[in-house]
Amino acid sequence: MPEPVSFFREILKAIGLAVVVFTFLAVVGAMYGVYFERKISGWIQARIGPKHVGPYGLLQTIADTVKLLQKEHITPRRADALIFNTAPLIVAVAALLDWVVIPFGKEFGRVLIVRDINIGVLYFAAMASITVIGILAAGWASNNKYALLGGLRAASQMISYEIPLALGILWVVMIAGTLSTVGIVEAQRGGWFLFKVPPLGLLAAVLFLAAATAEVNRVPFDLPEAESELVAGYFAEYTGMRFALFQLGEYGEMFGMAALASVLFLGGWLEPNLPAWLWVALGLSALGVAAFVRFSALRTVYLLRPIMALAVLGAVLSAVMALGISTGRAPVLPSLIWFFAKMFALVFFLMWMRWTYPRLRLDQLLNLSWKVLLPVGLVNLLLTGFLLTVAR
Amino acid sequence: MGELAAFLILSALILIPAVIVVTSRNIVRAALSLVPTFLGVTGFYIMLQAEFVAGIQVLIYAGAITVLILFVIMLTEGGSGTMVRQVTGQVPLGAMAAIWLAFLILVVLSRTTWPTARGQLPQYSVQAIGTAFLTNYVLIFEVTSLVLLISLVGAIVIARREE
Repeated sequence: MPEPVSFFREILKAIGLAVVVFTFLAVVGAMYGVYFERKISGWIQARIGPKHVGPYGLLQTIADTVKLLQKEHITPRRADALIFNTAPLIVAVAALLDWVVIPFGKEFGRVLIVRDINIGVLYFAAMASITVIGILAAGWASNNKYALLGGLRAASQMISYEIPLALGILWVVMIAGTLSTVGIVEAQRGGWFLFKVPPLGLLAAVLFLAAATAEVNRVPFDLPEAESELVAGYFAEYTGMRFALFQLGEYGEMFGMAALASVLFLGGWLEPNLPAWLWVALGLSALGVAAFVRFSALRTVYLLRPIMALAVLGAVLSAVMALGISTGRAPVLPSLIWFFAKMFALVFFLMWMRWTYPRLRLDQLLNLSWKVLLPVGLVNLLLTGFLLTVAR
Repeated sequence: MGELAAFLILSALILIPAVIVVTSRNIVRAALSLVPTFLGVTGFYIMLQAEFVAGIQVLIYAGAITVLILFVIMLTEGGSGTMVRQVTGQVPLGAMAAIWLAFLILVVLSRTTWPTARGQLPQYSVQAIGTAFLTNYVLIFEVTSLVLLISLVGAIVIARREE
């Protein structure tokens, strides 16, 4: 069992890794997450997005963060100061803890993960469920009716969607036979879980993504912070860096959900195992889509710009893959690139959803969870269990 | 040494908020103080190498039960923001009962011989728990789910009647 561990060294290691993960989240998750969000929303709404600070507006969020750091921190007079000031920390720390079990890739002979614990995905779901306490506490402590309403909505929504989320995760666990995230990725060497037992894998993935979108309070499920009816929801009273901590928590959690979805359904850091001709076909079709958008009358339609950009990226990736396979290199690209490609594809998908669909009403939201996602998830589990038992 | 330190820190983490839960005059603060208590208990589970139970503890108790309690407090009219009296006029009587109970527990604890036989821990407790639930303890497991179902139906019936 456990060999003697040096507690001092373990604590130092934990602090170091926490700093690394936090920096990653703050820079990639929050800063560039916000930048991508604004840029993509610009594309989708036929405008340009941030462009003044730095080339292509790349430094815009850094400027915003510096501004937020300098702002005065205001605690409302009638607010419960202790809870008010702790709530953003709960949200940010919960998002940070999510990342402990996310494997980034496999380099230098070891898996790049903070800790591969044998209850990995359960741990992730548990940490994601902590967030709601912070949100509820923030909503109540602000002593503001909009904030309180936002907090209450967040609670009812996140409690409802935790169950479909867990059902989606459970499906993967049933197929993989393990709760460890590394084990789940390794179990997908034969093929992504997305295409396993078709169409049940796809169903589980859709279930997971819908529930994950609701868990991180994004449109079309962003009722807790619906700005047109609730001002800003639970963080209406927060200023400066505490507001930024909420943003950090929200984007950290969104990136975490995208990372987990890529681990659960898209094979994590594993390279897709396709023959060279399929890569060529994929690349050519992507190039065809890009060329069609570029050289037809559609090029004036701003809405299609992101599709063109994505098609070009896909074509480049496919070309690299086809070249690599034909020259006989087994893993063509490093695993880190695959993980981030999959994660950012999912992040892009979530942002695309956000700027495409209108917000649901509260009753529609709860009906979707309890009357659609929950039965579908249960039936999915039952069918998969039946098939697994029959196949054995 | 490290294990003792962890035990002491976790005990403080459990006991101090637990005292706040019963003494705080603000009911929302009392409910929020449950969170560190639950997380401390999770730490104990991890020290006992019961990872699965630890994960479930965070998911159910910290993530769901506390939220449910907070939710009910905030939906109850006049429930939040008011100062609740936590002590009645019967402090001496209660203190006597508590001291007596503490004495009793201490006596029982010190007289019990604790079996410290070294068993073999299952390598992967999730599988062991699942198997136990569906073989040796299947009756208890099913009856528990039935109880939950009945309470669910009961809640719906009560909510319907008020319409």
